[in-house]
Amino acid sequence: MDMKEQPYVLIKQGSEAKIYSGSFHGKPCLVKERFPKRYRHPQLDREISTQRLKNEVRSLVRCRLAGVHAPTVYCVNMELNHIMMEHIVDGVTVKDYIKDPTSKSNLDQLASTIGTTIGLLHSQNIIHGDLTTSNMLIRSGDISKLTMIDFGLSFIDHSAEDKGVDLYVLERAMLSTHPNSESLFEVILKSYLKTNKKDGKETLKKLDEIRLRGRKRSMAG
Amino acid sequence: MVVSIGFEGSANKLGIGIVRDGIVLANPRRTFITPPGEGFKPVDTANHHQLNIVLLLKEALDEAKIDPHEIDVVCYTKGPGLGSPLVSVAVFARTVSQLWGKPIIGVNHCIGHIEMARLITGAQNPIVLYVSGGNTQIIAYSQKRYRIFGETVDIAVGNCLDRFARLLKLSNHPSPGHNIEQLAKNGKIYVPLPYVVKGMDMSFSGVLTYIEDFATTLQEYTVEDLCFSLQETVFAMLVETTERAMAHCGAQEVLICGGVGCNIRLQEMMAEMCKERGAKVFATDERFCIDNGAMIAHAGAEMFNVGVLTSWEDTFCTQRYRTDEVEVKWRNDV
Ligand SMILES: Nc1ncnc2c1ncn2[C@@H]1O[C@H](COP(=O)(O)OP(=O)(O)O)[C@@H](O)[C@H]1O
Ligand SMILES: [Mg+2]
Repeated sequence: MDMKEQPYVLIKQGSEAKIYSGSFHGKPCLVKERFPKRYRHPQLDREISTQRLKNEVRSLVRCRLAGVHAPTVYCVNMELNHIMMEHIVDGVTVKDYIKDPTSKSNLDQLASTIGTTIGLLHSQNIIHGDLTTSNMLIRSGDISKLTMIDFGLSFIDHSAEDKGVDLYVLERAMLSTHPNSESLFEVILKSYLKTNKKDGKETLKKLDEIRLRGRKRSMAG
Repeated sequence: MVVSIGFEGSANKLGIGIVRDGIVLANPRRTFITPPGEGFKPVDTANHHQLNIVLLLKEALDEAKIDPHEIDVVCYTKGPGLGSPLVSVAVFARTVSQLWGKPIIGVNHCIGHIEMARLITGAQNPIVLYVSGGNTQIIAYSQKRYRIFGETVDIAVGNCLDRFARLLKLSNHPSPGHNIEQLAKNGKIYVPLPYVVKGMDMSFSGVLTYIEDFATTLQEYTVEDLCFSLQETVFAMLVETTERAMAHCGAQEVLICGGVGCNIRLQEMMAEMCKERGAKVFATDERFCIDNGAMIAHAGAEMFNVGVLTSWEDTFCTQRYRTDEVEVKWRNDV
C-alpha cells in the first residue's frame, strides 16, 4: 500500500509523528508517520524511529489480548516508518474531553474507566510508557470504554517499578494540564487497584516511593 | 519603581545583580574554577564566595551607580543548591538587609532562571527546559505553579557533561561544558550511546558510565568524536521530551534556561524541532543562562511587587527546594 496512490491529508502533528487520514480498502484509515527528525543525528534517528514503530505495532496487537481497545493495525511500512491503522473517526482525546466544560459531571466515571483500562494493560505487563490524556480516545462520547493509542514508548515488563513509573507519568501530565485533577487521579488509582489484581497493591506502594524520590532528588546549581 | 539586589551562590558561581524595574543595572560574577579533573567541593566553594563577596558587592553598587539607601529589597537564593555555599551567601544577604534596614526575600533558584529568561526573551507562556549542572526539568506553567512535567531520574545533564569533561581532564575554564562543546565541533564519527527516555523523563547516568568505559578502552575514536556523540545523544533526549510536553500542552514556545542552555548546539537542535512544529524557541546567552545575581534580583522584585516577603525566621536555606513548591503569585494567566 502506497500513501501516494491516494489523497492523504495531514490532520495532526503529535509528539513525534505526523498523522494523515485517508482510506484503506474503503475503511477510514490513519497513517502515523515517524518522519526523520532533522535535529537528531541520522543514525540515532533511524534507530529510534524503527524501535518505536516496532514497539507500537507489537503493543497495539497485544492490547487485544488484554481486552483493551486499540486501533486495528492495517499495514506497516518499515522503510518509510509508516503505520496504517484504523482511524477512530468519532474519537476525542480524553484531554479535549476534560477541557470541554459540558462534560464536567461525568469526570469521575471517566477517571474510573481510565483506571480500569490501565489496570488491564498492567495485568498483562504492558507498560505504555507515555500515559497522558492525549493518548486516550473516547468514542462517540461513551466514557465506559477507552481506546488507547501511541504505544511507541511501550514495553513489556512485569516489575511493579515500571508500572509505578507509568502511573507517575500520568499523574504529572494530568496535574500540569488539568487544573484540580488531584481528586480525579485518586479515582483512577482506586479503580486501577480493583482491576490490576495481580500486583496493583505493590504498584501503588511503588508509586508512593517514586513520588518521594522525585521530591527528595538533590538539586544543586 | 522598585530597585532590588540579588545574591546568588548556590553552586560555584557567585553573583550579585542590581535590577530596576526589569532593567539590569549591574550583574558581576566570580566563578570558582578548579584544576582539570577536579570538581568543586562545597567547603572550598563556600570559602571562595566568602572571600569575594564584599568586593563583588562594591563592584555591583559602583557599576549600577546605586547607593544602598535607594535599594528597596534584598533578595538571596534560598535553594536548591549546595549547603555551605548557599549559607555563606545567605548570611551576607541577611547582614546587609539588617545594615541597610531593607526587607528580605528568599528566592527559589529555578524560578530565578525562569523569570529572568522570560524577561530577557519576552517569551509569554513557554514550555521551559531548565538544564544545568544540578537540574534537568521540563516545566509548564499552570494555575499559579511552575509544574514539573518531566525530569531526569538520576543525574542532571550538566553533571553528566561535567563529569565526562573531568575524566578527559579538560579545563574547567570557563566551564567544562563549554570545552566539550568546542571539541564536539570537530567530531566526525557518531558512536551509538544509550538513549534513555521514559515518557517525559530521562536518564543520564547510564550514558555516562557507558562512555566513560569507552573513553578509557577504545582507541579508534577521537576525544572529539566522543564529545560530539555525547552531545548529540543527550541533547536529542532533551529535545524529544520537550517536544512531547509541547504536543501535550499545545504550546508554541520553548524557553531554554540554566547553564547548559547557552550551548549553541542544543539551541540549534531545539530550533530545528520548533521549525517543524511552527513553534518558537527562546534562549539567552551566558550572561543570563549561567547562574547570576540579576535573576535572583528580578524574581525577587516580582515577588516584592505582589507583597511576598520572607519573614526573618524563614530566611534560612534549603538544599532541596522544588520548583513546584512556590506559589507563582505574580502571574495572572491560567
Ligand atoms: N487511530 C486513531 N484514530 C483517531 N485519532 C488518532 C488515532 N491515532 C492518533 N490519533 C490522533 O493523533 C494524535 C497523535 O497521535 P499519536 O499516536 O499520539 O502520535 P504521537 O506519538 O506523535 O503523539 C492523537 O493525540 C490523536 O488525537
Ligand atoms: Mg501522542
